[in-house]
Parts: sequence; structure tokens; C-alpha cells
Amino acid sequence: MQAKKRYLILLSAGVCLSLLFYFGGLQVRATRRNPNRREDHSRNGLHSGPDQTWPHFSDHLQPFMPWDQLENEDYNVHISPKQKRDANASIYKGKRCRMESCFDFSICKKNGFKVYTYPQQKGEKISESYQNILSAIETSRFYTSDPSQACLFVLSLDTLDRDQLSPQYVHSLKTKVQNLHLWNNGRNHLIFNLYSGTWPDYTEDLGFDIGQAMLAKASIGTENFRPHFDVSIPLFSKDHPRTGGDRGYLKFNTIPPFRKYMLVFKGKRYLTGIGSDTRNALYHVHNAEDVVLLTTCKHGKDWQKHKDARCDKDNAEYDKYDYREMLHNATFCLAPRGRRLGSFRFLEALQAACVPVMLSNGWELPFSEVIDWNTAAVIGDERLLLQIPSTVRSIHQDKILALRQQTQFLWEAYFSSVEKIVLTTLEIIQDRIFKHISRNSLLWNSHPGALFALPQYSAYLGDFPFYYADLGIKPSTKFTAVIHAVTPLVSQSQPILKLLVAVSKSQYCAQIVVLWNCDKPLPAKHRWPPTSVPVIVIEGENKIMGSRFQPYDTILTDAVLSLDEDTVLSTTEVDFAFTVWQSFPERIVGYPARSHFWDSNKERWGYTSKWTNDYSMVLTGAAIYHRYYHYLYTNYLPASLKNMVDQLANCEDILMNFLVSAVTKLPPIKVTQKKQYKETMMGQSSRASRWADPDHFAQRQTCMNKFANWFGTMPLIHSQMRLDPVLFKDQVSILRKKYRDIERL
Amino acid sequence: MEKKTWLSRAIGLSMCASVKYSARGPALIPRMKTKHRIYYIALFSVVLLGLIATGMFQFWPHSIESTADWSVERRSVHDSPLVHLPASSPIPERGDLSCRMHTCFDVYRCGYNPKNRIKVYIYPLRRYVDELGAPISSTGLSREYNELLSAISDSEFYTDDVSRACLFIPSIDVLNQNSLRIRETAQALAQLHRALLAGGGFSTWTYRQGYDVSIPVYSPLSAEVELPKKQPGPRPYFVLSSQTAVHMEYRAELEALKAENGEAVLILDKCTNLSEGVSPTRKRCYKGQVYDYPQTLQESTFCVVLRGARLGQAVLSDVLQAGCVPVIIADSYILPFSEVLDWKRASVVVPEDKLSEMYSILKSIPQRQVEEMQRQAHWFWEAYFSSMKAIALATLQIINDRIYPYAARSYEQWNDPSVVKWSRVNSPLFLPLIPPRSPGFTAVVLTYDRVESLFRVITEISKVPSLSKLLVVWNNQNKSPPEESLWPKITVPLKVVRTTENKLSNRFFPYDEIETEAVLAIDDDIIMLTSDELQFGYEVWREFPDRLVGYPGRLHLWDHEMSKWKYESEWTNEVSMVLTGAAFYHKYFNYLYTYKMPGDIKNWVDAHMNCEDIAMNFLVANITGKAPIKVTPRKKFKCPECTAIDGLSLDQTHMVERSECINKFASVFGMMPLKVVEHRADPVLYKDDFPEKLKSFPNIGSL
Repeated sequence: MQAKKRYLILLSAGVCLSLLFYFGGLQVRATRRNPNRREDHSRNGLHSGPDQTWPHFSDHLQPFMPWDQLENEDYNVHISPKQKRDANASIYKGKRCRMESCFDFSICKKNGFKVYTYPQQKGEKISESYQNILSAIETSRFYTSDPSQACLFVLSLDTLDRDQLSPQYVHSLKTKVQNLHLWNNGRNHLIFNLYSGTWPDYTEDLGFDIGQAMLAKASIGTENFRPHFDVSIPLFSKDHPRTGGDRGYLKFNTIPPFRKYMLVFKGKRYLTGIGSDTRNALYHVHNAEDVVLLTTCKHGKDWQKHKDARCDKDNAEYDKYDYREMLHNATFCLAPRGRRLGSFRFLEALQAACVPVMLSNGWELPFSEVIDWNTAAVIGDERLLLQIPSTVRSIHQDKILALRQQTQFLWEAYFSSVEKIVLTTLEIIQDRIFKHISRNSLLWNSHPGALFALPQYSAYLGDFPFYYADLGIKPSTKFTAVIHAVTPLVSQSQPILKLLVAVSKSQYCAQIVVLWNCDKPLPAKHRWPPTSVPVIVIEGENKIMGSRFQPYDTILTDAVLSLDEDTVLSTTEVDFAFTVWQSFPERIVGYPARSHFWDSNKERWGYTSKWTNDYSMVLTGAAIYHRYYHYLYTNYLPASLKNMVDQLANCEDILMNFLVSAVTKLPPIKVTQKKQYKETMMGQSSRASRWADPDHFAQRQTCMNKFANWFGTMPLIHSQMRLDPVLFKDQVSILRKKYRDIERL
Repeated sequence: MEKKTWLSRAIGLSMCASVKYSARGPALIPRMKTKHRIYYIALFSVVLLGLIATGMFQFWPHSIESTADWSVERRSVHDSPLVHLPASSPIPERGDLSCRMHTCFDVYRCGYNPKNRIKVYIYPLRRYVDELGAPISSTGLSREYNELLSAISDSEFYTDDVSRACLFIPSIDVLNQNSLRIRETAQALAQLHRALLAGGGFSTWTYRQGYDVSIPVYSPLSAEVELPKKQPGPRPYFVLSSQTAVHMEYRAELEALKAENGEAVLILDKCTNLSEGVSPTRKRCYKGQVYDYPQTLQESTFCVVLRGARLGQAVLSDVLQAGCVPVIIADSYILPFSEVLDWKRASVVVPEDKLSEMYSILKSIPQRQVEEMQRQAHWFWEAYFSSMKAIALATLQIINDRIYPYAARSYEQWNDPSVVKWSRVNSPLFLPLIPPRSPGFTAVVLTYDRVESLFRVITEISKVPSLSKLLVVWNNQNKSPPEESLWPKITVPLKVVRTTENKLSNRFFPYDEIETEAVLAIDDDIIMLTSDELQFGYEVWREFPDRLVGYPGRLHLWDHEMSKWKYESEWTNEVSMVLTGAAFYHKYFNYLYTYKMPGDIKNWVDAHMNCEDIAMNFLVANITGKAPIKVTPRKKFKCPECTAIDGLSLDQTHMVERSECINKFASVFGMMPLKVVEHRADPVLYKDDFPEKLKSFPNIGSL
């Protein structure tokens, strides 16, 4: 027995020793390997650099593709490409739907991208959120009420909440949908959904056959997401505003960019079941100092039944902190999945300029097809929860500064209202349908965002006012003057002729377009004074006010100088304004300015033309702006606003200022003008009656409130400064001044 | 078993495989006999999965050990160990189409590391033969795959330590499916059913977005032919089709386009009667006329890239190399590296059934955009297509970006050619924001020993409504600041910071005491600025928070005689700098000045005790691409009686020194970043005929 034991010990010791030797030997060999190889390399004069075990084989190797392979690849010549496409279309259905197989492009060809919404059925209950979605479509420029014109169809049946336990759940949707005579098995239909599935598994099934319809769905998982077919939308609450929406909370960039808390979270914890793991583990990372991750077990009636050992402690900690305070004072906000992949925390963090840290494996992030989320969020991995604090701490200050600003840009561009979410969804689909005129990633991910940058205008980014710095280029160095003529030409001393001559003398003037919106026929060519630049006379379409902002093909320069016929301007004033515009090509640069204010007695916006210490509009009767705004005015604004302007023959300048400020989020720029200018405008000229008319003024007030209503917010912003020539009215010889005429009366 | 999970993620690279499947596969599967189906499944797994490792580990458990030395001595492929695959070895299951990074990729192996870089291991080479000794591949290791693996092994991603790696690359060459015996290759790669695949011909149905990587089909011509560099611009032909294996239906449509648009369209085909010795791959013909390929691609603005039997076509690479804008006509094709490359900037995608409209679609693209695309196309080729090395590194970088998304390369890094990277400006304060008035600004006064003047300045500034704090930077180490009781009594907090060295750069240090975004830098002798002027300056800064907003303006000029820059302080109509003796700016620029100033400028300034303001102007203009804003009219800022003592600014040598600064800084920045403007900011009603008492800022410009 003893001997046996001894042998056993001896044997095992021997085994241990030999194992040790074996592995140890390996180690030794491994460490010896490197110097050997290095020597070898230097001897052969081959690669330096890191250690290699991959031998750079010196054999003469064959190419991977023989020269003749391409030639011999006609083996499918007998399959017609058309047949092949049809075959693909017939098998890739359902979960494998793609635009190529489940979408009919041909019906979009004729009328462009038009969206039809089914008429609402009596007795159908529609949630407020879905009502908002429908009205966002119906007030957009994509809307058509004629299904035969439509390229995309949206149901009037509320599909937002497909959780059977929810009071909003619409029953027997399946039959209702099948009975729609335009349904066509869902082809070219878009279905909006926020919640799907229910306890306990929360599947992504909608509970009815969606056929070949596209989904615009929140909390969509990568497994179910059909790339370039579905659209992932953010989860938004029923209080999400229909239009406009609040601005982001970021008011200024602090340096250093750290806030009181590094990383925060406050939310429910589910204890068991799908999606509970991550939130259950958060307490490991919580440090009650700069990483504050709070959970509560309290939800549902019978939470006490399921509670675990940590619940009481967690609940107590949870109540110590105020969510809003944390949100505003945190650098990073955790957005872990809930039962479903997306949560409200995501949009809340985005708006609060708290960089979201995503912990939701497999969530197809909102609008991921176009938004580069790496620039505005930290995409974490649920499996690496414990590394999250060190990961966010390792992010450099400059990066935080950029991430934070980008959250604000994205929030305001695509998320702040239901309308923006819907329009973004539609624009994504439009970009897929008209591939060759779709937006590139830069357009989607930089200010002012894709909803304001219409690719149909131009495929070249340099044609827009927003990307000069991104492209490292400058706007063109000339302008086109567009003079809006409404009175017949009777005398040679009419202001329009003086204006024409003054403008044509500007060194920056490329051409002058006279827009003849007068009922009288065009004057003979010789009636116009001779000028050194081409003068083109066009007759306005329908002679309406809006025609002055038509994107005429004849305008070839980036800058447009928009003028009323009775404007009095000197060449010097024009020259100076244009040099200013070159520094601010995305803004309106003009002379006479106006202001808006909130009239708290009447609870509405007021308009003033009095001399004030600030302004928020410049009149487009004399202003320089980018020609893209002509395109945007004509193609972005809804017919309702444009018609209003045309019918009143008024307010076109206010609308243009609203539009440009909504795009730029900046005020216009007022430059120096000679003092008599305003008096002339208010004085004896043809428009005098119009300006003196009290109705005219009241109209403008009404316009402003109508416009603010459509924009959902007041886009105008005040400025307190005016730009003057550097030596304006300085105590120095006038001969030294470049723009001396501006000072002379 | 455990081994299996962590080894089962490797990356397979296949350029010519997957397409065949997607082109006609699925449609046929249901109709096939079971026997064929097995082959198909095998093929599918190879294709889709490419490869892996577990299998190999099972076959050769000692592979780690055996790698140890043979790589050193034996450098011939033929010396690599022979491996017999038993006919009965398992065939892998069909690949899992639902794989994503978070389900099929073991992220724990990559973990957190300070460099945020994945480690890649390459399996040692083996020669696989079946039971009868016949090799499983006709080419064995191809030249390209060898180049690819060599490039990876030379890169920073590589590790020879299998235990440190998070990505594994098999050395079985599956670049070209045609040269493989599918079943046997599948066996060799057995059980790799979760490999992510880098493939050259994904369709939208086979591509697992966010998991697979779409890579280009390498064109061997790249290595052989060097095309002369060609600037973007108009070319003799408008559209060119150079592919040889084009389906007759497409050829007919192309011919119709040619018939309609004539000379501008050129449709080439293979040559039928080439003399001996001329490589058919290097020639194309149209009606008996012979064209050199790929040179002729440089003669056209647009080049058609049509799908063939496969979706991925090597011609794409040739077209890009020639700086010809590819017109992609291959529905459902996932373009190479589309996860990171913005193909809309370099190509035009035309749906297959719109081929007949191609010409008019292309004609509608503005010429300047076409030139952008030409430049972009060539840049894509240069950076990501030109060699197996470029392809390999881009692939690894993409995977790396997924694993460390917070350290991923940016859109600009991936997409901007170096010319654009050089000229574009990406302001760090890019959000259009007008900060609220309420936080106010912090005035930072740099002082040495002019206590009397300093106190006057403090008293003046303290009248400005938006002042929130005063910070005095006491730059005199030999003398203590006056006692607290001697300082002027003001309503806002006043802090004195004592510096350890008398350096000009102390004024731009991002002191923690500065709690506002806005900083007013002011010299201790600027006593003539009125409260209205300062408040107005702050208001203007709020409208331009990313610029320097200052009072005295200066200009740089090019001296043609001397061929260098010159500093100008005379009455000029232009401004390109504002002096920081009195200027508002964002605290961010303090941080930039202190930590990110290029070259040795900061030390140079401290050594010369001059030009810190010029340096600041350079810095801000360079990073924002914007000019400073000069506010309010010109006036004398210092007290009249001070001029005698402080003759410094008037001094001729001073001016010379300032000019030198500009030249020095311009050379450090590599260009002249300053922007010249002709405007200044005044209050809206400045000098207007309007009652002064109703003006917000009446006291402007008065002496």
C-alpha cells in the first residue's frame, strides 16, 4: 500500500516535471524565436517591422485568377438578366424583402415621390401620435390625395402600438388591411410602428401579415431589419411635438467639456426575463460619485413578489437623485435596452446634449442607413459593461466637444418633432428610389442636414451655400441682380433705370435679370439703358409675388442680389454688401432691416418696422443671398404659405427670412446704407401707397403668425450689429477710404 | 468545446466566390436533387464562410508548436506540411445568415486595450490533399493571397501569439472559387460556420450588414500597368463600356445608346483576330479597331461596370485607377467597403432596368461634380484598391472600427483625398449657437507692474454689465501683487493668479478660474474702452462665438519686393487680425493655444516676448477658416499720457519684428491661414440720425 502510494507520487511528480519541461521548453523556444528571426531578416535584407511568423514565400506563385477566366465566364449567357431579376423578385419576399424584390419603382417614375394616405375610416380610433404622423405627411410637399399618382402608401389604420396588452392596440387589423383595395399585398406601403410584441418575449412581429410593405419601426433588431428596405425610427413619446419641437439644451460649449457626472442612468429594472440582464448588472459600475447608474424595481403592481436582494438598496438610492438634474449635468448618458431594444432614454439624452452610450446589442440605430452614429454616440457592447467607465473616460476632450455638438445637430435636424422623424423617413426612401440623385453621407451628417439640402437642386455640394468650408472652396465671385418690376416703363427718370445702371457698374455684377411682373407688355429693348453686363428680361410666371424667388436657370452665379424696382442703391453700397456676403454665404445680407417681438398682451408675434437697436429680418427688396434659397423657397415651402404670399402680394420677404433663419439658425446681416434710402422707400415712390397702407402692416403681422405656426416655432433670431466698412466715419481722410460713397449723402 | 467557440471567428477572404451563388443559386435550389443540394450547401458554406480554424485545430493539435521554426528556414510553399483529408471528415453546415458582431463574434478576446487595435493571427500554411493525394485547390497558395497574408503579417495588427489574437485568418486560399474543390475545401474549413467573410461579390441578400466586409475584386492589371496621372476634366469619350463578358441583352441596350448618341459613347468588346503573342486581356476592339486596355479607360469620363456572371467585377478596379467615374449597373450589389466609403461621391448607380436612360442620367450631372467624382474615384483606387495590401489593411481597419467604435476612423479620414484633407476646415465649434447673455464673460488682465494703470482698467471694466469675473494674471515673480485692501472695490469676483515665469503665453492659459465660455483678454493699459464698447463687443462675440472679436484691427500684406509677408498697422480698409490687447474669444482657444499650438510657435513667442496676439490670430483662423471681427471705430485705446512711456508699438524695430512673426508663423503653418475682410461690426444705429438716449450703445467711438 505504502509502496503503491509512493510510486503514485513519484509517477505524478514525474508527469508534472515532464509537463513543466514540455511547456517550459516551449516558452524558451518561443522567446528564442524572435532574435533568430530578426537576424534572419537583416541577413536577407527583407522586411523590417514587427515580428513575423508568416514567411514571405519566395516561390513563383500563380495568380489567383487565370487570365482567361473572365473570358470564359459567359456560362450564364442563356439566362436573361431580366429573367434573373424577375426570379430574384419572386423568391426574396417576406423577411428577405429588398427594394429590388418588393418595391415597384415604376409607379414612382411618372409623378415623382408622392405619398398617399388612406382616408380615415369612421369609427377607427387613431392615437394622437399616429394622427401626428399622418398630418405631417399631409402637410408635406410629398402628399397627394390621388392614389393613382402615389409612389408610397401609408395606412390610416393605427399600427403604432402592436402590444396586445396595450389599450391602444387595434384589433382585427389583419382583415382590415386585407380589405383595403389598394393594399396590393403591401407593395409600396410604409407601416409605422413603435411597439411590437408583448410580455414575455416581445417579438418584433406586428401581429398581422405586412406582406411586402416596408416598416418604419422603433426598436428594430439587426436580425429582423431588412437593410435598405426598412427604416429604423426612434421611439418617441405621445407628447412629442408634431412640428417645430424644442431646441437642444446645449446653450454653450464649456471648456473643459466635462460635466458634474461622467456617466448616468436612471430607469426601471426588470429583474427577470428578456432584456433584464444589462440593467440588473448596472450596480457593478455605479460608484455614487461621477458614475451614477440607478435602477428601481418598482413597476407593475406585484413587483414586490419578484424583488431580489438588491431591490431595497437600489430603490433607496434611486430616490436620492433627480433625473432631470442628472440629465443636464452629465457628460455621458447610458441608454441600455429595456424590454425592447430602444428606449426613451435615447432621445432624452440626445436632446440634453448628454452623449448617449448605447448598450443595446443588436439594435439597428435610428436612421442608421444615413446617420453616422459614431459621431454623436458611444456604441457600447452589453457584454463589455464593466469596461464602459474606462471606455468613456478614455474619450478625449476634443472628441466629447464634437460628440456633444453633433447630438444637438442631429436632434434638431431629424428628431425634435414627429414631422422631422416622418420627413426623414420619407427622404431616406426617396433617396433609395432615385439613387442617382440621392444625398451623400456628408449632406446627411452636417449642418443644416438633409431635410434642408435637397439633392434635386444639384449633385454638386459646392452649389449649396453650406459646404464651402467642408470642400475647402469659396463661393463664386460674382452675383446676378434680379430686379422685380411691377410698373410700366414710362419715363427715363424712373428709379428702376437708375438702379439698373448703378448695379451694372458693380465690379462683381455678372448679369442683371429683370423680372417683368407688370401687366403691361414688355418694353422694347432699346428702352433699357446700355450696360456693360447682360440684361435679361423675363416675364414672371402668372405675375405672382412668388415668381421673384423662382430658381431661374438664367441665374448662374451663387449669389443673387434681389431688388425692388424702386430701390435706391449706389454701386459702392452694392460692392460692399457683396464682399460681406462672401464671408457669410449662407445668410441673407441686406440693407433695410425689420424686427419681430412677442406681444404678450395679444399672445402673438408682433412685427415692427421702427428703428430699433436690433433686427431679425432684412427686406429682400434689397438683399444678397445664395441662389439655393430660390430653389428652397419654391420647392420646400408648402403651397399654403406660398399661395398666401401670392394672394396678398405681400410678406414674401418675411417668408424668405423665416426660411433662411430656419435653415441656418442664425440672424440675417444688415450692412451700411445711405441714410436717405429708407425715406425714399417710405416716400414718393410707386410702392409708397403700399407701405403707408395700414392694412399692409396688419397683413404682415398676420403672415408672421401664420408662418411661425407652420414652422412650429419662431425661427427668426435677433442681431444687434450692423456691418460697416472698416473705416466707416472714422476720423481719417476720406481719400483713404475704399467705400467713401456710403458716407456721402 | 471551449476552444471551438473562441476559435470560430476568423475571417475569410473570397473575391470571386459568393457571387456565383447569389447570381443564380437560390432560384435553383428548390429544384435540385438532394445530392446536388449537399454540394450546394458545401459550396455555400465555403463561399459564405470562407474559413476557419477550429477544424485545423482538431486536425493538428500541435500546430502552435510546429510553427516555431520552420518559417525561418523554409521559405517555399512546397515545404509546408502535407495534410490528408479523410473522405469522411465532416462537411460544415450552411452558414448562419443571422450572424452579427454581437452574436457571432467573441468580443472578449479583443477586449479593452489602450491602443484600440485588434490583434490578428494567421494560421500556418498547410497543403491539403484528399485521401488519394490530390490537392484540394488547383493553384494552392496564390500570389495574391500570399501578398495579402504578408501584408497583414507586416502590419500593426499582426500577432504571432495565438492566445493574444482576436481575429484569425486561415491560410487556405479561397480567393477564387473556380480553382477550388468545393467539398474538400469545405472539409478543410469544417466547423467554421461562424466566420465573418470578406467577399468580393456580395449581394444585398447574402451580405450580413455590419458583419461581413465587402471587398473589391482585385485586378491583377494594377500591378502590371502604370497609368499616367490624369487631372480631372473633360475626356474624349463620355461613356465607355470595356467589359467583354456582357450579356447580349445589355450589349443590345448599350448599342442602342451608341446609335442614339454617336461618338460620345464607345462600346468595346474582345478582339477576335489578335496576332500571336498579344495578350487578349490588354486589348479591346470595336469594329476591327484595336484599343489598348486599360489605357483607353483614361479617355472616358464615365465607364460602365455591368454585372456579369458575378456581381463583383475586376473592371471596377481598372476603371477607378483610370480616374474614370464608374457607372455601377448591378442591382443589389454591395459596393466594396461600402460600410465606410461614400460611393455617392465617386460613382453613379443606375438600376439595371434603367440602362436605357443611363446617358441622360449622366448628362444631368454638373461638370464640377463629375470632376469631383473623377478625383474621388482615383483616390479610392489609390487608397483601397491598388494592392492586396491596401485591400487587406482596409478590411482589418473596418473590423477594428466595429470593435472599437468610439475610436473608429471618421468619415473624413476614410473618404477625403489628401488635397481635401489639407484644404477643408472643420471648426471644432461647428454648431451654430448664439450663447445666452447671462453667463457673461471673464476678463483676463495680464499685468506686470503697472499697478496704477491696472487699477484704472479694473475700475473701467467693472462697469460692464455682462462682466462676471475678473482675473488678474500677475506675471511679475519679483514683486508681489498689492495687498487686497488696495484693490478697487468692484461688484464681481476678482481673482489674482501668480505665475511662475514671466511668459506672454500665461495670458492664454485655460485657467480653471475662467468659468465662462467668453474670455476678454485685455492689457493693463487699455483704459480708453468705454463700457458700451465692451458690452457691445461681448454682444457681437455671442453672435460669433467661434471667432476673435476685438477692437484694434491689423492687416497682413504681401510685400512683392521682398517676397514676404509684412505687418500693417496703418489706417487700412481691410482687417485680418485683431489685437488681443482687447479681444473677446472662446475659452476653447486658450486650451488650443496652450496645448495644440503647432510647431515651436509657443516657445518662440515666449522667447521673443512678442506676437502672442498674432499667434492667436493664426491659430483661430487656421482652425475655423474664418476672419476675426473688428468691432467699433478706430480710436486711441491707451491713455494719451501713456504713449511717451509706452512707445513700443510705434517703434520701427517692433514693426519689423511683427512682420517676422507673420513670416515665421506662416512657415510653421505651411500656409497663410489669415482671412482678410473689409467690414467691422457697429451697433445697428451707430451714427444714425436717431436720439442717442434711445440707442443701446450710445457711447461708441467717442474719445
